[in-house]
Amino acid sequence: MKKPEGKHALIVGRIREGTVIDHITAGEALNVLKILGITGTTDECLSIATNVSSGKVGKKDIVKVEGRELRKEEVDRIALIAPRATINIIRDYEVVEKKGVEIPRSLVGVVRCPNPGCISNTSEPIESRFEVVERGLHCLYCDWLITKDITGHII
Amino acid sequence: MQHIISIRDFTRQDLDSFLDRAELVERGGFDPRMLEGKILALLFFEPSTRTRMSFASAMARLGGTSISVDSVEASSIAKGETLADTIRVVSGYADAIVLRHPKEGAARLASEFATVPVINAGDGAGQHPSQTILDLYTIRRSMPLDGLEIGLLGDLRYGRTAHSLAHALSLYDVTLHTIAPPGLDLPLSVVHELRRHGMEVVKHGDVGKVIRDLDVLYVTRIQRERFPDSASYYDVASSYRITPDLLEGAREHLIVLHPLPRVDEIDPAVDRTPFARYFEQSRNGIPVRMALLQEVMG
Ligand SMILES: [Zn+2]
Repeated sequence: MKKPEGKHALIVGRIREGTVIDHITAGEALNVLKILGITGTTDECLSIATNVSSGKVGKKDIVKVEGRELRKEEVDRIALIAPRATINIIRDYEVVEKKGVEIPRSLVGVVRCPNPGCISNTSEPIESRFEVVERGLHCLYCDWLITKDITGHII
Repeated sequence: MQHIISIRDFTRQDLDSFLDRAELVERGGFDPRMLEGKILALLFFEPSTRTRMSFASAMARLGGTSISVDSVEASSIAKGETLADTIRVVSGYADAIVLRHPKEGAARLASEFATVPVINAGDGAGQHPSQTILDLYTIRRSMPLDGLEIGLLGDLRYGRTAHSLAHALSLYDVTLHTIAPPGLDLPLSVVHELRRHGMEVVKHGDVGKVIRDLDVLYVTRIQRERFPDSASYYDVASSYRITPDLLEGAREHLIVLHPLPRVDEIDPAVDRTPFARYFEQSRNGIPVRMALLQEVMG
């Protein structure tokens, strides 16, 4: 499984333990972090490279999260904005697990419903719930359909 | 436990079996003591006297009892309390809950916290499935649902009754004619969804041009508050008003429906024509709601 990181290493350094998210749609790295709930106030050590040349997809973004192995249900959410992303779990500088992302069938507590009249936008003890449909995200409370700017609705 | 939340949760088969059951009830095929000892909670967070009375009447005809709070009381219950808590508490008082609430999705939420069945009697601009079922029932009493040309007239943009009914009709072989003032058309997302279900949807601006081709004309309210001033409202409302003259030359079996209360949409002179079926439609709320109560509590 050992695979040198090659030219990526020139841009962002190798990490010892953690997760490398590769082949992110160019320009979406920061949104990927937002979806993963990683912000400036959390204490992960991050390396971010944007608009890296890549033979496979033209340009891409890469994110490395040191010291944290992301779970499948966490990373699947990023499939909404970066469907070609690959997830590499790193232990002792080696890739021990490599996987793609799959668009999840439902999203709980990830996206805020844009409908101001929706019960999920009140103080009720519930989380927003959307099912992922062909044309976007469908609110399971009020039937609203989000078809564009999904990242803009992420909580 | 079965909840009645959204018409979208129903298959054509489910709808047909409700309609069959309502028909049986109307012919007297029910046990008047079926729900004896059962209690129905009518929880109305906004006023809707007719819907509330109709559920209470349906419950009484099946031998059950209703407890209810009116919208003013309900809003004071709700003060500082979440709907989730109210529902958990009321679940302990009754065998089923009928809920009307101003927020869309409120009934779905209620079904997640209730320990008894929840029936949605309207949530905001959202769903009101018992209205839709009684609309279908009224049509089916006059003619089979397949093969019909049905006109939907009025505010099709915001009107939940129209959206729900259009969705239910898309499960049948129906051509839908939409007749709405500019700006109040059926939303494109709704039209796309209906077409995906295989429904033919035809848009019209002028009711006079399509009236002769219709088997059913479903009229809904055009709300004054959608217009900048009352002059432009009256202008639009009068050109969409249903009058005996307009119905001249319509198909003999045409039925005109309206969820009531009506304001100016239908000339009272239409009431005396054989086309007028809106009072019958309103009466049909009883057998349909009896069928729903049987389903969730029987
Ligand atoms: Zn919603």
